Amino acid sequence: MVTRGGDFDMGRTYSNHTKGDYIFDIVNTTLLILVLLIVLYPLIFVVSASFSDPLEILDGKVWLLPKGFTLEGYKRVFSNNDIMTGYKNTIIYTLLGTFVNLVMTIAGAYPLSRKDFYGRNIIMLLFTFTMFFSGGLIPTYLIIRKLNMVNKIWVLVLPGAVSMYNLIITKTFFQSTIPLELQEAAVIDGCSNIKILLKIVLPLSIPIIAVMTIFYGVAHWNAFFDALIYITDRKKFPLQLILREILIQNQMDEMMNSDIENLAQQMMMAEVIKYAVVIVASVPVLMLYPFLQKYFVKGVMIGAIKG
Amino acid sequence: MRTLISNNTASVRLNRKKNKALKAFSRNYDLYLLILPVILYFAIFKYWPMYGVQIAFKDFIATRGIWGSPWVGIKHFSRFYNSYYFWDLIFNTLGISLYSLALGFPAPILLALMMNESRSKSLKKIVQTVTYAPHFLSTVVIVSVLVAFLSPRSGLINQIIKLLGRDPIYFMAEPKWFKTLYALSGIWQNAGWGSIIYMAALAGIDTEIYEAAMVDGASKFKRLIYITLPFLMPTAVTLLILNAGSLMNVGFEKVFLMQNERNLESSDVISTFVYRSGMISAEYSFSAAVGLFNSIINFILLISVNKTSKKLTETSLW
Repeated sequence: MVTRGGDFDMGRTYSNHTKGDYIFDIVNTTLLILVLLIVLYPLIFVVSASFSDPLEILDGKVWLLPKGFTLEGYKRVFSNNDIMTGYKNTIIYTLLGTFVNLVMTIAGAYPLSRKDFYGRNIIMLLFTFTMFFSGGLIPTYLIIRKLNMVNKIWVLVLPGAVSMYNLIITKTFFQSTIPLELQEAAVIDGCSNIKILLKIVLPLSIPIIAVMTIFYGVAHWNAFFDALIYITDRKKFPLQLILREILIQNQMDEMMNSDIENLAQQMMMAEVIKYAVVIVASVPVLMLYPFLQKYFVKGVMIGAIKG
Repeated sequence: MRTLISNNTASVRLNRKKNKALKAFSRNYDLYLLILPVILYFAIFKYWPMYGVQIAFKDFIATRGIWGSPWVGIKHFSRFYNSYYFWDLIFNTLGISLYSLALGFPAPILLALMMNESRSKSLKKIVQTVTYAPHFLSTVVIVSVLVAFLSPRSGLINQIIKLLGRDPIYFMAEPKWFKTLYALSGIWQNAGWGSIIYMAALAGIDTEIYEAAMVDGASKFKRLIYITLPFLMPTAVTLLILNAGSLMNVGFEKVFLMQNERNLESSDVISTFVYRSGMISAEYSFSAAVGLFNSIINFILLISVNKTSKKLTETSLW
């Protein structure tokens, strides 16, 4: 990770660590620990609550560790058809969507990374312009409806097939890390451009492919906007839309102080599975997290160099 | 005679240029095939809707489509401008943006500085690992955890308020709390992630400068103020431009998820309004007009912020 000059232990050798510096260190460490606790606490609470008796949570007895340990929440999550269908859909959308994203991003980034690609500037300009100006929600919706894509799987894959931001990062990576000489040598040997891409460029680009897989994959996993607009068939809802129904709409109703009997029952149900479902929905991303961390950081760095 | 010659050379030059283009094209024809689907993607899903934005100047009739519907000029724009909610929407949009920018912009800088100054490497590593994590959670999860924590009956915050002997606060149902909740939960989720870029900038500072300052007897705090902070300025300015350029572009998802009938008066922003009037009420032309209005303001904002910054700090996006 990023460290600065061995964390600066020079202070000791110079031994001009004044009293002020010690106070500075103490204040700084205290603040860091405070930040740590503030960020960490909600996460720990959710995990503990997911294993707790909902009545204990409602009574406010769960503070740190699970109270009245139970797996009831998880049992209900895994026996809930909506959630399981949503889960399955999200896995499909994520796999398919990420694959299309990767292919399209590389297909766009590689030609644009080549200096001898005639017309790259104008193409780049036209692509980049879309980052700053768009037709907007309604015209896009009308066109997608016209293309007959509403309620099709493809509507969650194609309209977002390329993220210009990611394309720029990938292009920058190709330009800065793949030696041009290597490619030129291949051309002299009679390699076609496609062959150069597949045999030389891509094998050298594993880090950026990993970064892109993660960027796109997490985005698909967490996405709900496109599904909200384009998917009306409940059987095709991704997990996030189901989560919204269970978690937010119910809780909002609670805020509204509704006193309908049926709703109260629903709310109790939601209370039982609320935390478990958050865990189940976030676990795939969180499990990958230690692995993701390294690559995500790399991606931000490459992005920061240009753009 | 003379003109003929120069005409000739010009056309030769043009021919040569054409030939060069043709040659470049035929040599790399497979690259063009490769990028073709991407060009098609941008044409269909980006530029076609841009062309279709003309619906904002028409009265949309479903049977006649975008292209066949009759023109009505700026009718929808003036309806929006003259509506009683016009200024409310603008103020909410700008208010939420400015509020979260004011609170959220310094947060990652402070965090990066704190981590950078930490004497314990392992504490720094732990803070990094933990603060990056919320960035990966979905907006739905973030908002639901927020709502759960603020619940008047079972939420932790209200438990504490009740312990203190006060009445529970219906945070999500009170308009005056919306901006604060939006901004603070944003910091909770993204400050760690945002600090990465500053950590990278900090890693680039030459340690010799610090050593020289130490020899001169500068305290840790002074070194922070006079060395570290100035080094972060270019990065900070660039990010500020980016943020300022999208002031009118509040992210739809989180506002939409946090929104309910009770807090609508302070939570309704342009993007949620476009969604409601377009997708729910099917007033396509009108909401396309509102959306276009927003896009144009955004675009102007970005360009002018960028220009100003170019003049003042010589930092710009392009």
